[in-house]
Amino acid sequence: MAESTALKKKSAGYRIRIEPRLDVPPAWYPLLVSVGALVLALFLGGILIMFAGGDPLKSYQHIARASFGNIGVLSDTIVKATPILLAALACSVAFRMKLWNIGAEGQFIMGAWGASAIVLAPVLDKDSPRWLFLTVMALAGMGAGALWGFIPGFLKAKLNVNEIISTLMLNYIAVAWINFWIFGVWSEGGFQMSPKFPLNAWLPRLADYAKSVPAFRGLTTHAGLLIGVFAALILWLIVYRSRWGYEIRLIGDNANAARYAGINITGNIIYVMMLSGALAGLGGMSEVSGMVHRLQTAPIAAGYGFTGIIVAWLAKLNPLAIILVSVLFGALILAGREIQPSGVPKMIQGIILVCLIASDFLLRYRVRIARAEED
Amino acid sequence: MTQTIPISSEPPLAVEMRGIVKKFPGVLANDHVDFELRSGEIHALLGENGAGKSTLMNVLAGLYRQEAGVIKVKGKPVEFHSPRDAIKAGIGMIHQHFMLVPSQTVTENVLLGLDNPRFFMRLPQYDAKVTEVGERFGLKVDPRAKIWQLSVGEQQRVELLKMLYRGADVLIMDEPTAVLAPQEIEGLFEILRSMAAQGKSIIFISHKLQEVTAIADRVSVLRRGVATALGVPAKGVTRQELARLMVGRDVVFSLDKKPGNPGDVVLEVKDVYADNDKGLPALRGFSLNVRAGEIVGVAGVAGNGQSELAQVITCLRKCRKGQILLNGKDLSAQNALFGIQHGMAYIPEDRNRVGSAPNLSVTDNVIMKKYRQPPISRAGLLDMNAATKLANELKEAYEIIVPHVSTPVRLLSGGNLQRVILAREISGLPSFMVAVQPTRGLDVGAIEGVHRLLLAQREAGAAVLLISEELEELLSLSDRVYVIYEGKSMGEVKIGSAEPDESLIETIGLMMTGSPLEKIHKEGVGAHG
Amino acid sequence: MDLIIILQAGVATGTVLLFATIGEIFAERSGVLNLGVEGMMLIGAMTAFSVTIKTGNPWLGVFMAMLAAGLLSQAHAFITITLHADQVVSGLALTFLGAGISLVLGEGLSKAGTVSLLPNFSIPLLSQIPFIGPILFTKQSILVYFGYLLTPLAWYYINHTRPGLNLRSVGEYPAAADSLGINVFRLRYFYVFLGGLLVGLAGATISLAVSPGWFSELTTAGQGWIAVGLVIFAQWDPLRAMLGSYAFGALRRLILDIQGPTVLFGFDNPFYYNPYWGFFLQMLPYAFTVIVLVIGSREAMRKRLGAPAALGEPYIRGERGK
Repeated sequence: MAESTALKKKSAGYRIRIEPRLDVPPAWYPLLVSVGALVLALFLGGILIMFAGGDPLKSYQHIARASFGNIGVLSDTIVKATPILLAALACSVAFRMKLWNIGAEGQFIMGAWGASAIVLAPVLDKDSPRWLFLTVMALAGMGAGALWGFIPGFLKAKLNVNEIISTLMLNYIAVAWINFWIFGVWSEGGFQMSPKFPLNAWLPRLADYAKSVPAFRGLTTHAGLLIGVFAALILWLIVYRSRWGYEIRLIGDNANAARYAGINITGNIIYVMMLSGALAGLGGMSEVSGMVHRLQTAPIAAGYGFTGIIVAWLAKLNPLAIILVSVLFGALILAGREIQPSGVPKMIQGIILVCLIASDFLLRYRVRIARAEED
Repeated sequence: MTQTIPISSEPPLAVEMRGIVKKFPGVLANDHVDFELRSGEIHALLGENGAGKSTLMNVLAGLYRQEAGVIKVKGKPVEFHSPRDAIKAGIGMIHQHFMLVPSQTVTENVLLGLDNPRFFMRLPQYDAKVTEVGERFGLKVDPRAKIWQLSVGEQQRVELLKMLYRGADVLIMDEPTAVLAPQEIEGLFEILRSMAAQGKSIIFISHKLQEVTAIADRVSVLRRGVATALGVPAKGVTRQELARLMVGRDVVFSLDKKPGNPGDVVLEVKDVYADNDKGLPALRGFSLNVRAGEIVGVAGVAGNGQSELAQVITCLRKCRKGQILLNGKDLSAQNALFGIQHGMAYIPEDRNRVGSAPNLSVTDNVIMKKYRQPPISRAGLLDMNAATKLANELKEAYEIIVPHVSTPVRLLSGGNLQRVILAREISGLPSFMVAVQPTRGLDVGAIEGVHRLLLAQREAGAAVLLISEELEELLSLSDRVYVIYEGKSMGEVKIGSAEPDESLIETIGLMMTGSPLEKIHKEGVGAHG
Repeated sequence: MDLIIILQAGVATGTVLLFATIGEIFAERSGVLNLGVEGMMLIGAMTAFSVTIKTGNPWLGVFMAMLAAGLLSQAHAFITITLHADQVVSGLALTFLGAGISLVLGEGLSKAGTVSLLPNFSIPLLSQIPFIGPILFTKQSILVYFGYLLTPLAWYYINHTRPGLNLRSVGEYPAAADSLGINVFRLRYFYVFLGGLLVGLAGATISLAVSPGWFSELTTAGQGWIAVGLVIFAQWDPLRAMLGSYAFGALRRLILDIQGPTVLFGFDNPFYYNPYWGFFLQMLPYAFTVIVLVIGSREAMRKRLGAPAALGEPYIRGERGK
């Protein structure tokens, strides 16, 4: 219990009292606070856009129109949301255990590399059936991502190495790693990209079915979305309804209590980091196979892993809420490409995260404005 | 509330507090409390845990700000905005948890927060000054020692030194004896008496009647935030009267304990060595055994290896050497899960940091040791209906006061949280239970409840190991008591069902300060100082 | 490849890490973990470059860079010290925020041309000392020399002065400091700000001295994070921070130099003939940071000393019943 003086301000006979919350707030309250934080963030972002010489209102209108305006852009929004969704799921499960995996970006990149290796190494013949290609690519992507999660997990569990810094360093290493392959081994005619994948290594897209459903013509939404939604459902089940999930939640809330309950913490650190890496790696696979169709640095290392952190936090680490929030952020990033100055989406993401964290205060404390008492 | 009117012929009051009100969310900690302190007296402030003693004194020490009421020091009204203001007015508080920075030296701790030296810390020169002040009041400490190297008693002396160095005239001591052995307590009392003789006024916060009558000149009593006695001379009041003022009814000092019927040895600890978190030896060849159907106590001054003992038994800490047998099975190479699966229950010392997960629900907290088996767990998935059903049953059976079992346990009071933990541990039908400080920080009613549950375990035939720093609790519950000192057993004392006599307490006291039982028997009680 | 040149450049490049690491040491010693170093460094680098281009005065650039990063650090201070939010998450948010703002406000700066830089000079006499002279005292930026002064001063300040004692107390046991009238909240705000100032200086050191210009996020390329890692390696000691920073600086220079010559140790240089092998060299600083962390963590475990005891924990006054 905190004393109420921390933030006491006296003014004109009233004073603001800050008290810790001793009850469970109604269910709508956290939602209201999050939405409030989002609105505040857009407002603050607007001020900064103005400062940089832009027009905030136009920018926001543009974002709305360019991402939800018609079925075509909505499809593009969903395409952007898919990698964010998987990256955010990856972050959410690690954060649930208070493992600060900032390396979803690197794990995502490694997943893309692992999936590409199946095509480019080549592991499978280019005429292999599509189901085989996609299955093996998904497994390879998850495996590469899990490996990239295993390293910091192992270092954390066995050697007490700070996972924030190690995962971050592995991000940079992952970028250099795929650059090595793209610039050298798999370079297509000296360009900084690999050759395009054969069609049977592509995830099916809505446009592929345009013959039977004409409305799907030109829509690039791909099966990665299904993978992501399915992963979210599974993850929800794991976290809230399984023994393992219970252990994860217990460790995350109080590691001492988990130890006391006989739970193996070092093992779980490694397993959860690997699960987290596998989810991000699956995101990378979905992106190369569903969207980019070749290994190339810029569209793969585009910061989805970092956006995932914010999405996971905004969704309060709930896998189902992550689906929804990912779409919002997909929209922000999609539309943001055309906004000047070009850093705007990134900046708004930063401001949103800052406002969100600050708004958590309102969930833990009660702010009361009271008439000053006897004194 | 009693009121006394100061008589004008007496010396001016060192401190006068009138109508102090202090609220915390959900609690009225001080409800118009008066208090007065004369110069050169030792004034006991008596009350149960949670009666508002520490709150009142934290107000006087400038740590909290009262919502209403006046404080006067030497007759002048004062307003404290921070502890610094209080210290300037000559009021220093020695908290229950020492306010010393472990990684710094004694001198650095003494100089912390002072204006002199202003910038450059030339420590050697101040080491001498610190030693000098210490000698004046009979407080011997090495000024260059780091705090973490000192014993608890020495740390307490550093705290006193810190306040005396600042020229404090009023010293508030918050339960200073809780961490000391009986013989060390006598040493502290001598220091306090000599300080009072040199004109210092001392407020002595306690909930132990015996100490109050031994040291205090006058006594004030708080009950549930209200003063029930104000400055009563300690000589003219009986312990029974004080007890009634404290709890509001006559206290029954004995529990209904049936004669024991111990069975087979359930737990055996053989010559165990273990290190503490700093890597220093905490247990050095400790042995004990516990039989079915008995409560075995472990007495000792805080920090003599009790926590580590509980941890090695529950496999949360590795033994360096030795053996621990639970029903004949060796635990020393096992993990905590093994103990849980073999009928061991554990009431940890720290309810909040070890015993519970604060942001998880009551349900999640009660299944902590049952989530691996049916009916809660089926094929790796959790049956939340079964879990909720269990939680509701335990809520009824153990009278856990909570609106709904989905409430996070951080919102529960200390007593309620302890009931959640007891419910979880006892409902597993343990054959062996370790309880460490199970009543710390609870109010009288809650303490009684915990004691009854422990005795019920004994009657049900479980073996109970009770590790506590409350000697009274140990004597009233245990069949046998081991005394631990610096990680070694000083011996084992049998407790009869009758009220323990003074010589038994004195013997245990001697053992707590490092005299093995054989030595006491050889030399006879009373041969030590 | 010349050892003296590598070390000389190492000291120059390492000065960036040195300022950032010492800044973070101050913040962490007060008990506040600020993971936003990378973001603040970007703000610093962008502001320094932008202000210098507009005014032609690099000193004003340095000043504004420090101020901007210091201001940004106060967002973290408010969120963690006053609102008691998790320091890890808030620090991450600060990184995003700093990167985002610097990208928006730094738009177009990358093509802005050259600026007048901070002066480089040699120190007479000292530069004559064999080996040490050319490395430390020859044609270094004024900021490098400032680093030589700052490090021992910071060490002395933390360990042997009254404010340093207060700083350590607030980071080790804030309740004790508070009970003696030391204002924990104010000190933490102050040292987070001081940390921000120094990290801003680190940013300015990049864009005005070490590798002049603004190249969006590539300007810092993760050096802020390396600094956070170095704090652990340095065990919160500025002198060790200096050692680590210069070693990292030298490593960065070595990586550049190793790709230059056609012949390396008597063999055909693979990095020259297959430039894409250079990507493995690029991994080195990051891999080394992880290795340094392993060493730092092991050493801390062995010596049983480590982070300030209250690092990462909000201070809430009047904790009851615990």
